Amino acid sequence: MSTSSATPAAGPRIARVLPIVEIVMLVVGLVAPLLMGSSPELITLATNILILSLLAISFDLCWGYSGIMSFGQALFFGVAGYVIALVGRDLEFSHAWGTLPLAMLVGLLLSFAFAAFLLLGRRTPTVIFVSLGTLTGAYAAERLVSGWQYVGAGNGLSSVRLLEIGPIEMVEGPGFYYLSLALLLAAYLASRYIVHSQFGLVLAGMRQNEERLAFFGYRVQVFKALIFSFAGLLAGLAGALYSYHQGFIGPGNMGPGLSTNAVLYALFGGSGTLIGPVIGTLLIETLSYVLADQDAIKQYWPVILGVVLLVVVVFKPTGILGFFVSQRERIGSYGGKDGRGR
Amino acid sequence: MSVAGTELLTVRGVTKRFGTLQALGGVDVTVRAGTFHGLIGPNGSGKSTLLKAIAGAHLPTSGTLTFDGHDITAATPYERSRLGMSLKFQITAVLNELSVYDNVLLALQAGESVWSLIRSRTRRALRDQVMHALERFRLGGRADELAGSLSHGEQQWLEIAMALAPRPKLLLLDEPTGGMSPEERRVTGELLAPIKAECALVIVEHDLDFIRDICDVLTVLDQGKVLDTGTVDEIQRSPKVQQVYTTRV
Repeated sequence: MSTSSATPAAGPRIARVLPIVEIVMLVVGLVAPLLMGSSPELITLATNILILSLLAISFDLCWGYSGIMSFGQALFFGVAGYVIALVGRDLEFSHAWGTLPLAMLVGLLLSFAFAAFLLLGRRTPTVIFVSLGTLTGAYAAERLVSGWQYVGAGNGLSSVRLLEIGPIEMVEGPGFYYLSLALLLAAYLASRYIVHSQFGLVLAGMRQNEERLAFFGYRVQVFKALIFSFAGLLAGLAGALYSYHQGFIGPGNMGPGLSTNAVLYALFGGSGTLIGPVIGTLLIETLSYVLADQDAIKQYWPVILGVVLLVVVVFKPTGILGFFVSQRERIGSYGGKDGRGR
Repeated sequence: MSVAGTELLTVRGVTKRFGTLQALGGVDVTVRAGTFHGLIGPNGSGKSTLLKAIAGAHLPTSGTLTFDGHDITAATPYERSRLGMSLKFQITAVLNELSVYDNVLLALQAGESVWSLIRSRTRRALRDQVMHALERFRLGGRADELAGSLSHGEQQWLEIAMALAPRPKLLLLDEPTGGMSPEERRVTGELLAPIKAECALVIVEHDLDFIRDICDVLTVLDQGKVLDTGTVDEIQRSPKVQQVYTTRV
């Protein structure tokens, strides 16, 4: 055993791949509409990818950073989407300054209510308990709205009022794309700030050994509830954007199906990295789009996609990013002899 | 040897059952401030169970625990920690995927508010305390390495450094020298000796030479009950203890 502090070993340098990936993805995001110029269909697809990336990040905060297996992220997404659709229909109000914060508030409060029930007990709940609890919530909500005429029952709510920013009505196209990109970027930076902070260190410790953290004096459940609620806020924002962008919100947008997609986006791209889920969403949605458009395999594309996802998730649990990003970089450092993190 | 400090921890009539097994059968122990208190006894005597009951890992079936004037019988580990109790597990529980530095930072920042943690307000301010804690246990030069890359003995030291970092009133150590070489045990004894000025210590240890060297008071457990309590000299002369150790150890 080395017992000397007089011969400091230089700490291993962590290869920095993630910032490069983040910059590349940002550049791709900025120039994509310029390359798609004459294809509204592609811009619609790209906007959807941005919105669903927000949902995937919200799941990553839960699972990748905090060890909370949430199968209910679509619940917060869908309920917020319904709320802004109803506000547009019944109150004829769709100004961004009011409805987007409202959607975030809905996501925040609903997820906090779930956290209070699932996470805030005296003893730490199991992963199974939380995953089944969130799954049940999403399933029950989907069934509820499917039979509720006021919210369109199984048909959902269509012709959602257009989002307004001042005098401008946001329709599908480059404008909505860049709005979604700006909001995704803001959410990404806020999430990045949190997971790289001292709070993020608690999440990193919690993921590895919850019991140990309780003996340090952390109320682990409170940290879980807070990050779960923040993730719900982001899912709510994504739901509102989706509802405005598609002009539609239906029961399928709040159930286990979309919740599972969020899980797959994150696991496929690489959970616990924030950018991994964005990459996962991009790849899965693009692959779905391309495969569904090939006449020869039109009928089989869900099977092909399913096999690809299965292979990656089973044989590469760190996702696509795991090929380029080391575990050491993924976890990162929060301080050091120089007093700085990362 | 003086053991006349104020009562810091009192354990009264504590029992612990696991199904039909009675692990503790009405244990009374008093730990005084500023003392090193050893728990010894043959395998299965209830030492680790008692330590876990004190730390909050097990809630007692009956009996009471009082710490620094607070009834902690039903308190969670979190609540006990907030009152100034700190535990080093028997099995090393350092966070392997974090750096050595981050392990100690995590222990030190536990008293910060959530808002302060989100804003990373103390990241730089705690740097000197983290490094002091590491230097003290000869780990300063390895601050930026992964905790999982340390040797077993170094991980034990890191755990002690983490447990001590928040300046607890009472430190609970469960077999701190388990798996260490004789040289590492000797060094561990040297490293622990100075903390007497800072906090009381309850230690479970199989190495009787080690525990005799650093403890002021010993409580001997046998079959879940206290066989005897006293200073090291008193315990060494105790006929009851001698009988147990000569017939069963």
